[in-house]
Amino acid sequence: MADPVLLAKNLDVRFATPDGEVHAVKNVGFEIGQGECVGVVGESGSGKSQLFLAAVGLLAGNGKVTGSVSYRGEELIGVRERRLNNIRGSKITMIFQDPLTSLTPHMRVGDQIMETLRVHKRMSRDEAHRRAVETLELVRIPESRRRMRQYPHELSGGMRQRVMIAMATACGPDLLIADEPTTALDVTVQAQILDIMRDLRKELNTSVVLISHDMGVIAAICDRVHVMREGEFVEAGPADDIFYRPVHPYTRMLLDAMPRIDRPLRPGHVALKPLPANGEAPILLTVDDVKVHFPIRVSGTFFPKYKPLRAVDGVSFTLKEGETLGVVGESGCGKSTLARAVIRLLPKTAGTVLWCGRNLGDAGQSEIRALRKEFQIVFQDPLASLDPRMTIGESIAEPLRSLEPGATRAEISARVRAIMEKVGLDPHWINRYPHEFSGGQNQRVGVARAMILRPRLIICDEAVSALDVSIQAQIIDLILSLQAEFGMSLIFISHDLSVVRQVSHRVMVLYLGRVVELASREAIYSDARHPYTKALISAAPIPDPKLERAKPRRDLSPELPSPLDTRSALMFLKSKRIDDPDAEQYTPKLIEVAPGHFVAEHDPV
Amino acid sequence: MLHRSPAHPDAQLMERARAVKGRSLLADARRRLFRNKAAVVSMVVLGLITLMAVFAPLLSPYAFSDIDYDVISCAPDWWPGGGSFTCHAGGAHWFGTDIVGRDLFVRVLYGARVSLAVGIVATLVSLAIGVLYGAVAGFAGGRVDAVMMRIVDVLYALPFIFFVIILMVIFNQNFILLFVAIGAVSWLTMARIVRGQTLSAKQKEFVEAARAAGVGPFGIIRRHIVPNVVGPVIVYVTLTIPGVILAESFLSFLGLGIREPFTSWGVLISDGASTMETAPWTLVFPAAFMAVTLFCFNFIGDGLRDALDPKDR
Repeated sequence: MADPVLLAKNLDVRFATPDGEVHAVKNVGFEIGQGECVGVVGESGSGKSQLFLAAVGLLAGNGKVTGSVSYRGEELIGVRERRLNNIRGSKITMIFQDPLTSLTPHMRVGDQIMETLRVHKRMSRDEAHRRAVETLELVRIPESRRRMRQYPHELSGGMRQRVMIAMATACGPDLLIADEPTTALDVTVQAQILDIMRDLRKELNTSVVLISHDMGVIAAICDRVHVMREGEFVEAGPADDIFYRPVHPYTRMLLDAMPRIDRPLRPGHVALKPLPANGEAPILLTVDDVKVHFPIRVSGTFFPKYKPLRAVDGVSFTLKEGETLGVVGESGCGKSTLARAVIRLLPKTAGTVLWCGRNLGDAGQSEIRALRKEFQIVFQDPLASLDPRMTIGESIAEPLRSLEPGATRAEISARVRAIMEKVGLDPHWINRYPHEFSGGQNQRVGVARAMILRPRLIICDEAVSALDVSIQAQIIDLILSLQAEFGMSLIFISHDLSVVRQVSHRVMVLYLGRVVELASREAIYSDARHPYTKALISAAPIPDPKLERAKPRRDLSPELPSPLDTRSALMFLKSKRIDDPDAEQYTPKLIEVAPGHFVAEHDPV
Repeated sequence: MLHRSPAHPDAQLMERARAVKGRSLLADARRRLFRNKAAVVSMVVLGLITLMAVFAPLLSPYAFSDIDYDVISCAPDWWPGGGSFTCHAGGAHWFGTDIVGRDLFVRVLYGARVSLAVGIVATLVSLAIGVLYGAVAGFAGGRVDAVMMRIVDVLYALPFIFFVIILMVIFNQNFILLFVAIGAVSWLTMARIVRGQTLSAKQKEFVEAARAAGVGPFGIIRRHIVPNVVGPVIVYVTLTIPGVILAESFLSFLGLGIREPFTSWGVLISDGASTMETAPWTLVFPAAFMAVTLFCFNFIGDGLRDALDPKDR
C-alpha cells in the first residue's frame, strides 16, 4: 500500500499563555488515505483546528508541537519554512471559516488565484489565467471571466467561499483541509458548497479533511469521522458506525443534542407545551403590514440620491398568549429588523403593531418604556450583549432598576438571586463579569435579564445560534421549561429550521422582507408549498449519512439577490415581474391553502 | 480565573453561608487600584506634596515673599562642589535662594499650590464638560451631533492667547479666570475623543440590550457609555495635567497668569532656566517636584485605567 497522504503520530500541541500552559492537543494520531474524506467533529475549544494548523506548521507563535506528521512519507514537523511553503498552498491547501478575511481585500480575485498558480506551478500569465477561469467554472461560479476582475467585497459570502475553494484546488492538491468552511454561510449556500466539495473529490480524487462542529455537515460528505474532545480523539471510525452505532457517551451526547429537521421531538429533552386546544388563547400581539425601509445612498456627494432598502416589506402576523412563533430566513431577510421594529427598538416605516389592542405606534417615549416590562429580548451574541464593565448581577437587575423604580435594594437583590437560580446560575456569581463565563453561561445571564420582569413576550433573536450544540440544547431546554412555567409568548428567530421546528407552534418563513409561508410546525415541514421553504428544508443538513447521501440536490440561484433591486422580491413569481430594477412591483398575496396555512403566490414549479 | 470556587466542601459551605453582596464597578475598581503598587506609592507621594503645599508656612521660618539681599542666589549648605558658588545661604534655606534672596523651598511649595490647583481643577473641568458633551453628541448622533461638533470646531479656531487676553481685559486679572481660560480650551479635545469612542460604543449590542431593558438615554450614557470609554479618557487626562501646568507657566511668563510675588512651578522653572549656569538649584528643585508629580499622575492614571477594566486581573 502506498504511503498515506497525511500520517500523524503522537502529535502534541501546547500553548504558553500568561495563565499557564494550555495543552490543546494531547498525543493524537491519525491517517488520511488517498481520496478519502475525513471529518473531525468537536465543540469549540476541543483543539480540532489547532491539530491541523500544527500539522501544516501554521501554529501561532506561542505554540509548541511535538510528535510527527508526514506527508507521503516526508516529515513535516521541524522542516525548513521554505520546504513547508512548497507543500502548503500546492500539495496541502486550507480553507478557513471566514472567506472575507482570508482573501486579500485589495486584489482582484482572479489575480489571487493566478498568484498561487504562478508561484507553485510557475505558469505563464496566460496559462495561469486560463487555468484560473477553469477552476472558477469547476466551483460553479457563473460568468467566471467577469468574476476574475472583481474584488472580494463585491462578492457574496457563498461566492467568496467558492473563490477560496477555487484557490485551494487550483494547483491540484493532494489534501484539502477545510476548517468550518460553511459555518458562516446560510443553509442553502452551505448545501451548494458541500455539493461542490463532494464533486471536487470525485473529479480530482483529492483527500479532504472537514473540520466542523456540525454533525449534519459531517454526515453530508465524510467517509470516516474522528470525534474530538479536550484535545483527544474520543472515538474514530467509519461514518456509519459513528452515526448509527456510537460507542462513546460524548458522541452519543453530540448526536442527541443535534436538532434534527426530520425529528421534531427530542427524546430526553423538554418538549414544547402545546397551546390549549379547546378555547382560543387571547391574542397578545397583532402585526399588520409592517414595513421598515432604510434609505441607502446610491449616488451623488452633494445632492445624494437615496433608494429605499426594503428590509421588511409588509409583514403581518398575530401571536397568541403562550404561543411560540418561529421566524426563519437566511441572512438579510429582515427577521431581526422585524423583531426590533415590533418592539420599537427601530422605527418602522409603515404598518401598525397592536399590543393587547393598544397601538404601539402612537405610544409616547415614556409609555413605551413602561410597556417594555411586558416584552423583552434575548440577543444572539451573549458576550456582546452584556456590558463588559458590569457584573452580571447588575446586568440582570438592569430592567428591574429602570422599569420598577420603586424596588428596594434588598428586593432587587432577592429577585436577581431567584431568577439566577431559575436559569441555572449559581447566585453566588452575581459579582462576576461576563468575560469570566462561557458562552452558554452568558446566554443564561441574557435569559435571566429578559425574564426578571416576568414579561409576556420574549423575542429570542438567534439566541442559540452562536452556541455549541450541547449548550444550544441546554439553552433551548431552559427556554422551553421557563415557558411551560410562566406561560410567556415567544418569537423565536433563527436561520436554523431544525431548531425552530423544535421550539415553535407556528413557523413563519421570510424571504427578502416578505412572508412566503406561515403554517403550523407540522404543516410547514410535512406539507411545505412554497419553493423557497422547500429549498430551505432540503438544504438543512441531517446528522444521518444515509439520508444525506440519498437527498436530492436542488439548485437555487447561487447569489442572494440584492434587496435594493425591486425585481428580486419576485424571484418566485417571475411571470408578474416588470423588468426594471426601480419599478414598483406586484406584491404577491398570501393565500390560505389550508386552515392556518398561508403561502405567498408563486409560479408553479 | 480570578474567582475559583474553593475545592474543599466545607470551605464551599462557608462561602455559601457568607451572603455575597452585590459589588459595583467602582467598589471593584477601588480594590484593584489599591492592589497596584505603583499607583499606591504615587498616591502617597502626591498626598505628601499636597500636604506640604497646604502647610507650607508652618514648615519654614521664611515667608514666600521675603526678600533678603544678603543671600542673593545662594546655594543650599549641602550643595555639592560648594566652593565654586559665591555664597551659602545657611540656616533654614534648604533649597537655597533665588536671585532676589527669597527662600526657594517655600516658593516651590507655594508654586505647588498654584500648579496643582490649576492642573487638577482645570483638568476636572475639562473632564466633566468634555465627557458629557462628547458622550451626548456621539450618542444623539445625526444633526445634534453635527451642530455640537461644529461648535467645538469654532472654539478650536479661536486663538488661545487672544482669548485669554480678552478675558483678562474684560474681567481684570484674577486667579479663577486662569482656571476658566485653560479649562475652556482643554475640554475641546476631550469632547472629540469621547465622541469618537461613543460612536463606536453605541453600536455595541449591550447598548441595544439596555434600551430594550427600558433604560433612558441619559441612563445609557451614564451607566454604559461613559464606563466603556474610560480607558482612552484616562490616558488623555494624564496627558492633560502636564499640558495644563505648562500652559499656566506660559501664561504667567507672558504676564497673563500668576503675578509676582505669587508663583507657580512653571514660573519657577522658567526663572530657574535663565539662571541655571550660575544657580542650578533654582531650576533643579522646581523641576524635580514637577517631574515627580507628573510621574505620579501617570502611574495613577495607568492604575485607574487598569482598575476600571474588569478584564484586567
